[in-house]
Amino acid sequence: MCDTCGCGSTDAGYTISKPGENTHQHHSYGEVHGHTHEHNSQHHHHEHPHEKARTINIEQDVMQKNNLLASRNRGYLDAKNILALNLVSSPGSGKTTILEKTITALSDHQFFVIEGDQQTLNDANRINETGAKVVQVNTGSGCHLDAGMVYNAIKKLNPESGSILMIENVGNLVCPAMFDLGETKRVVIISVTEGDDKPMKYPYMFESSDLCIINKTDLLPYVDFDIEKCKSYALRLNPNLGFIELSAKTGEGMGRWFDWCVSQNK
Amino acid sequence: MHEFSVAQNIVGIVTESFMDSGAKKIITVEIDVGSLSGVITDALEFALDSAKQGSPLENAVVKINNIQALAVCSRCHKKFELTDFFSVCAYCSSVSYEIVKGKELKVKSIEVE
Repeated sequence: MCDTCGCGSTDAGYTISKPGENTHQHHSYGEVHGHTHEHNSQHHHHEHPHEKARTINIEQDVMQKNNLLASRNRGYLDAKNILALNLVSSPGSGKTTILEKTITALSDHQFFVIEGDQQTLNDANRINETGAKVVQVNTGSGCHLDAGMVYNAIKKLNPESGSILMIENVGNLVCPAMFDLGETKRVVIISVTEGDDKPMKYPYMFESSDLCIINKTDLLPYVDFDIEKCKSYALRLNPNLGFIELSAKTGEGMGRWFDWCVSQNK
Repeated sequence: MHEFSVAQNIVGIVTESFMDSGAKKIITVEIDVGSLSGVITDALEFALDSAKQGSPLENAVVKINNIQALAVCSRCHKKFELTDFFSVCAYCSSVSYEIVKGKELKVKSIEVE
């Protein structure tokens, strides 16, 4: 289910909540980038016998509103020296487990987490157990987080200067690719139980990411996943993409990921 | 399927320009969609049919211009058409090139009266 087939109208709300919170705050897009159109009397319409069609050039990027809000988020995060990582993947690749282990292992660093899912507080509750401050964005019928949702989530979360903000996007390798959230880096996660041709099938996500984590490497002996093939496909799309192979379950390779996070959080 | 969000953005952008123009109705809306924009034209048309209901675009004709992706090869410097992100240079088969056209997703113009 996503925006198209869901029941969401143009002002359909999404909810942002903290674990243990009973009341949900409803945010509509209007709160973020609402505006009114004022028309003065000079603009009144009048009949004219020779009224002709005219063309108005607009030349405006369709994603402009999202991109402007993303820039606003990015500016705020930059100014507070906060490293913001947008974690994107298919459902079930291990994003939440990687997050839990990372927060626990890097106890010298302060983490704030925005969890994105269509429904439930399950992931936020898991993160809450680690002691990190977390808010859950439930997108309802929406298939991705957008910059407006992240803007409102940041306001509610109020992350501290110098901290690491982890944004766990809705599990979906398609739609989140188009939406800049204002993150510092985008991290795409793929697990070896998926096909090694995922980069070919979902090029936009790999083309727009900075780092690719290949998770569940402990299962490599049991599956036909060819790591080198996967990397070569992804590098064709994005020659600057970095790779870290790890198993969040056994901990193998997690050190390289921790080092990467710390090196980015300068 | 993010085309509905895209359609809603288009309706918003067009409505704003239309209100500012003081015109009475929108006749056509012209949209540029690059072949590598990540948007499927058919899905966008479908989403727009629904998103424009009850808006000033309701009776407007939506014209979608499909923009063919073009790249300039980093090796032979020739320009060639890309079919997807895995295309190679049509002249020298290099995989290193810069995409110069085809990622567009914009509202180009509206015709009003």
